[in-house]
Amino acid sequence: MAATELLPLWVLVPLLAAALAACLPARRAGQLALAVQLAALASWPLLAAAFADRGPLTVSLAGLAPPLAIRLYLDGIGLLLLGLVATVTTAASLHALATPGRAALRPAFWPAWLVLLAGLHTVVLSFDLFNMYVGLELLTLAAVALVASAGTVAALAAAMRYLLLAMLGSLAWLAGVAMIHAGTGSLDLELAGAALAPGGWVSVALALMLAGLLLKAAVFPLHGWLPLAHGAAPGAVSAVLSALVVKAALLLVWRVQLWLGPAGGADAAGPLLAALGGAAILWGSLSAYRQDRLKQVVAFSTVAQLGYLLLVLAMPSAVAWQGTTLHLLAHGLAKAAMFLAAANLVRRAGDPRLAALAGSDAAAPVSVFAFALAGVSLVGLPPSGGFLAKWLLLQGAWQAGAWWLVALLLAGSLLAAAYLFRTLAALLAHRDGAGQARAGLPVPRIAELAALALALGAIVLGFAAAPILDLAALPAGPGGAP
Amino acid sequence: MTGWPALPLLLVLLSLATALAVFLAGEARQRLRTTLNLAAALAKLGLVALLLRAVAAGETFQWRMPLLPGLDLVLKVDSLTLLFTTLSAVLWLLTTIYAIGYLERSPGRARFFGFFSLCVAATMGIATAGNLFTFFVFYELLTLATWPLVVHRGTQASFAGGRSYLCHTLFGSSLFLAGLVWLHALVGSQDFIAGGELGDVLSGNEAAQRGIFVLLLAGMGVKAALLPLHGWLPKAMVAPAPVSALLHAVAVVKAGAFGIVRLVYDVYGSERVQALGLGHWLAALAAATILYGSLMALRQADLKKRLAWSTVSQVSYIALGAAIAGPLATIGGLVHLVHQGLMKITLFFCAGLYAELLGSKRIDQLDGVGRVMPWTSLAFTVTALGMIGVPPMAGFVSKWYLGTGAVAAGQSWVVGVLVASTLLNAAYFLPVLGRIWFRPPPDAWPAPTRPGRWARAAMLLPALATALAALLAGLLAGLELSPLGWVKLIVAREYGG
Amino acid sequence: MAAQDLVWLGVAAGLVGLGVYGVLVAGHLLRKLLALNLLGTAVFLLMVVLGRRGAATPDPVSQAMVLTGIVVAVSATAFGLALMLALYRRSGEAALDDEAGAPDGDGRD
Repeated sequence: MAATELLPLWVLVPLLAAALAACLPARRAGQLALAVQLAALASWPLLAAAFADRGPLTVSLAGLAPPLAIRLYLDGIGLLLLGLVATVTTAASLHALATPGRAALRPAFWPAWLVLLAGLHTVVLSFDLFNMYVGLELLTLAAVALVASAGTVAALAAAMRYLLLAMLGSLAWLAGVAMIHAGTGSLDLELAGAALAPGGWVSVALALMLAGLLLKAAVFPLHGWLPLAHGAAPGAVSAVLSALVVKAALLLVWRVQLWLGPAGGADAAGPLLAALGGAAILWGSLSAYRQDRLKQVVAFSTVAQLGYLLLVLAMPSAVAWQGTTLHLLAHGLAKAAMFLAAANLVRRAGDPRLAALAGSDAAAPVSVFAFALAGVSLVGLPPSGGFLAKWLLLQGAWQAGAWWLVALLLAGSLLAAAYLFRTLAALLAHRDGAGQARAGLPVPRIAELAALALALGAIVLGFAAAPILDLAALPAGPGGAP
Repeated sequence: MTGWPALPLLLVLLSLATALAVFLAGEARQRLRTTLNLAAALAKLGLVALLLRAVAAGETFQWRMPLLPGLDLVLKVDSLTLLFTTLSAVLWLLTTIYAIGYLERSPGRARFFGFFSLCVAATMGIATAGNLFTFFVFYELLTLATWPLVVHRGTQASFAGGRSYLCHTLFGSSLFLAGLVWLHALVGSQDFIAGGELGDVLSGNEAAQRGIFVLLLAGMGVKAALLPLHGWLPKAMVAPAPVSALLHAVAVVKAGAFGIVRLVYDVYGSERVQALGLGHWLAALAAATILYGSLMALRQADLKKRLAWSTVSQVSYIALGAAIAGPLATIGGLVHLVHQGLMKITLFFCAGLYAELLGSKRIDQLDGVGRVMPWTSLAFTVTALGMIGVPPMAGFVSKWYLGTGAVAAGQSWVVGVLVASTLLNAAYFLPVLGRIWFRPPPDAWPAPTRPGRWARAAMLLPALATALAALLAGLLAGLELSPLGWVKLIVAREYGG
Repeated sequence: MAAQDLVWLGVAAGLVGLGVYGVLVAGHLLRKLLALNLLGTAVFLLMVVLGRRGAATPDPVSQAMVLTGIVVAVSATAFGLALMLALYRRSGEAALDDEAGAPDGDGRD
């Protein structure tokens, strides 16, 4: 089948569409973006079928053979991420088209959106350290532009902060890549990994690369920029940033750890990264509990939930990888749903503060329901994808005898329940002073359904996990999973 | 394992579909909502009747769906399941009727009845769960579905009650989950099976057996309001009366108690629990809860609070029955699952009627209500006497089997606990009855209302029906299809009959 | 490694230090952006030096990477400047608040 040959199209089509979108009026450009995403969604099953058939797919660009070639590579986790990207971006762009606000009517919005998509696809499919750099840069610049599109002072300041720190991260990554290249003569993940001899400079290079990624992935304590940016961005953008963009950087953390790490002290780095993840869970959750704006709660929740994706590095077993994969998907769906629902509620009430959102259940019941469903998955309550992910992670931690991880996972759930039920209670509270006029706008049905569909996806994942994990289990890295 | 394996699933889906339909029907379509609720409750009752016949004839039903490798969602119907499902199905119908009357003019009814049905779906899942994992899934769903009901009024007090409820239950579920993960890490998934077999699979590792038992028991003990995890129950009294009734009689508290029963009989096996030396501890804990709950009930001036503490005390009879070796005590514990449900729901129905019609919430506001609300007061009196354990009422049957079982097991101290508890029950119920019947009514009631005739009937009839059922459960305990008869059937199967 | 290379590496390290310090500490956004460019230059210098690896002919891959890197840096700088101007027009300031500071807008979209 042509699925392998079509792999480059996942990068090229969004880029070309971005160029085209720049020439179209905003509304048309949005429809173009939607069409591109629907096409990705429709062709994903073909890719999955080819993958299930033949295992990891590799394609060399420009017809050259390794080591000269630049390779694209698709493994199980990459495949699942492509599916997640297609699903979330489709729902989010429907939301943005239905409630464009000022942001999605700007001429730069949809081109940036499509560049973001191309960047995501590039990062997922890259097997080449420099390609990853290019992908990360596309992603970052597009993401910053989308945050800034909200146009408020808060959004512009947050975008600026995001840009500066992300560039810092990129340059750290690039410096590390240069060292790896100088040492091995290769940029290909597999070839460089095989040629790496353990040594001090390798550790320095990997440390630089990881530090750059951690900054981009907003891993504690480098998370400061995220709640500002994700909180201030338009709703659909927040959804995509929280669900997808930070995950792309984390995917590279795993790739580096698994392919290059063995020569550069991954044994030492793994537990350290996991410890950072643990700190992120605790700190992010406690911070989320203290926020008084709805979107800030959700943004800090992202800081916390990202921590779970690093825990696996301290207990690398098949079960733990499965749990991590599932968490990646469940969190992606649930968090995107939550941001879309939050945007709806804020729009309806005309006020971003929690205290002003009392009585939302009567004003926008579908959005409250979507928010609650997403919350169920985030806390890890059954039946949901988040629950099965937590279950698998707990199993992995228990089997590895990592008691601190067991305690951490349980505490993390309780903290998540604390901040989410606090938020829900605020939404359900009866409104004081019934005569108070609402300044907000009506929420179109599509915007509510987009949130609900994603939230239901997170729940359904709890019943459809087995086939998905089968796909992910088809191995990749030299050490087993991703 | 014959035919119709999906019947247990149908039992759960029926309530789930009702919940969805009620949510979708929206706030305004009251007639549609009422029809949906009643039709589903009746259909459920019919389904249960069908199952009762089949299971009495020795059939069991099982439905299985793999979630992950080695992790199945299992629903099954056996005789123990039906004890709980029948109770839930009957009380669901009556509570629905009551709630329709009670909430006649209050806002947010779509939300209320939606979550109400979801609650029943979760309860059905708990009853039909075929392994601990499935049990846990529905146990958590129950927590989620109940919270919106507890905070339904949306006041500060109700959110405080809801917060306490969540703190307790989620803490408990963390322990439950830890125990479950431990169990799965050691032996994988274990289906519930009469007599239990965990001890055989895990023989030699007694420390793990004890540790897992304690974690799981803590998880269930929270909902069953075992000391010292009972704190949420009295605070959850801020919920509307039908919710309190459901919480106390069928859903939450019973889910915990039912879990303890499953844990003792179908995971470990009663003999294994005794052999591990865990029975004494559980019995002591249950006895302490019984006495403490009664003592606290004595001190409450608010009628619903007194009833709540009484629940803390009474539900522990079930745990006590599970903790004592031998079939007699088991019968006493299991039958109390039903008896307490029938009696306590009546008491809450009546408390709701007093509060709704007269505004009388405190006990000292009940002077002479027997003269203005004779039928309600009659129902209240009959079941209060049953709670105390006056023969031949239902409560007496439970206590009789518990006492004789304890003596047979050589644990005579339990009889002392039962006598003390009975005296305390009398001490906190008889003065209330005295006020109801023998004090003159006041010149004016605190906050009298005049709901419509239909609403009144919708509230009064369920109370009378459950009171009558509680009375008959005691009087006709000898019949085969009485709760006692059914429990004897379960016990015969459980103890290798 | 030749002594010459060591000198270049030393220069690169010094520029990295200056760049990072500037990005984190400078107040005015223009200074931050300039510092970022300084840092970029340092990394590119590092790449060119490492790419030589003592050989007579430089490694073409390194050169290509540096070229791409420069393109990215230029576009990012241009974008950063545009952002800075927009921020200045809206808020009258070309500086970010204290790191811990809350956003002064309301974040609605």
